[in-house]
Amino acid sequence: MSVFADSIAAAGSLLLARDSTLMEITGLSLRVSATATVIAALIGLPLGAWTALTLNRLRTPIVVLLNASMGLPPVVVGLIVYLLLSRSGPMGLFGWLFTPTGMVMAQTILITPIIAALARQTIEDAHVPLRDWFTSLGLSAWQRILTLLYEARFSLAVVLLAGFGRAIAEVGAVMIVGGNIAGSTRVMTTTIALETSKGDLPLALALGLLLVSLVLIVNGFAQTLKASMERRNA
Amino acid sequence: MLEAKTPHPTPDALVKIRRASVIVNGKSLLSEIDLTIVEGESVVVLGANGAGKSTLLKLCNALITPSNGRVQTPPLHQQSLIFQRPALLQRTVLDNVRYVLSVRGVAEPACTEQARRALAACNLSGISNQSARSLSGGEQQRLSLARAWACQPRLLLADEPTANLAPTAMRDVETLLHTVQSGGTTLVLTTHNVAQAKRIARRIIFLDSGKIVEDRPAADFFVSPLSAAARIYLEGESL
Repeated sequence: MSVFADSIAAAGSLLLARDSTLMEITGLSLRVSATATVIAALIGLPLGAWTALTLNRLRTPIVVLLNASMGLPPVVVGLIVYLLLSRSGPMGLFGWLFTPTGMVMAQTILITPIIAALARQTIEDAHVPLRDWFTSLGLSAWQRILTLLYEARFSLAVVLLAGFGRAIAEVGAVMIVGGNIAGSTRVMTTTIALETSKGDLPLALALGLLLVSLVLIVNGFAQTLKASMERRNA
Repeated sequence: MLEAKTPHPTPDALVKIRRASVIVNGKSLLSEIDLTIVEGESVVVLGANGAGKSTLLKLCNALITPSNGRVQTPPLHQQSLIFQRPALLQRTVLDNVRYVLSVRGVAEPACTEQARRALAACNLSGISNQSARSLSGGEQQRLSLARAWACQPRLLLADEPTANLAPTAMRDVETLLHTVQSGGTTLVLTTHNVAQAKRIARRIIFLDSGKIVEDRPAADFFVSPLSAAARIYLEGESL
């Protein structure tokens, strides 16, 4: 028990001292996950909206694929991205293996299906009460998609946060693709895993506390924003 | 069918439906509909629940296509459809009207000017910056009329627009419907409210089980309904 208490105390002092290693690792984690979330949003939101509105034969297989992909094992994604980016792989010429760019790619692959699948459900729900009116206006599919993305903006913000939360908490794929190189590709989750295996619990715990706090802050901010915007539009 | 007179097609015919049927999952919702509506008419569609009133309106709006027969209606940009439950966007009152105008290709600043004029006509100027979803039922329905009014449609289809509204709100909506219709817009409205039908209609279409059983001037219909279904309906509604 005292080891646990000592670790928490040491973690607290690292956080209060704004330890440079801690800040660097945290900054990289935020940059990688935020970039992956933006890219995944650019792909996942239109894909989710299109899947919600389309009625053709491709819809069911895509919905099944998206829903199934929400549970993609990160280590498998990491392995596939590793093979793609390795020197002999099809994308080896870019030199992205063991770089933050490669980690962004892995996280994007992991969270795009989550964003697309949740966006599809959100937009489908928003579309139901408006469907006949849209048809009577003669809106094109593209006009519907843009309108519904705007209509469901508050719920979609939460969807994006769910994606960000998944990305920043991910360890398996970034460990494989990034290589956990100090000062280059070391992020919070991979550091926690490494420091725990080395027995340096204070840093691992400090990062753990910071990670949980970040996720809580981002989600709290989003919920507050959503509630205030909804009140204004209620 | 006791009487299903169809006016002779004229050059001003706005809606022409010929022997149209709508069959969904083997169930006939509309059967052998023959209907012509001319420019400027004020038509009320009456009938019991499930008679096919809303389906007929959707057919006029091309929201559904007939299983057989032929339907000729004005292009969608010349029509407006109002629903029992207004479909409003999660935006301000003004932005709801601007949205409809913008998808019809009206550019700024004409878009905002037209929207403000429509809101003024519907007595909604004072709440133009409020969220549309915060409005009362009557205000929401007036907003959907403002959206329609802003587009100056040739054909206004209203599907039980005053159902669930308080009497005052209902009269407000009726007044607006009169205003829109007197400007030359053709009005086709469904309702269960016989008193309202008497106030609005110049022509009544009575549907029973998906068929037009009466299509007559309103004055004649209410004095002497010819079909047993219409007589029973009017007696029931006047109870």
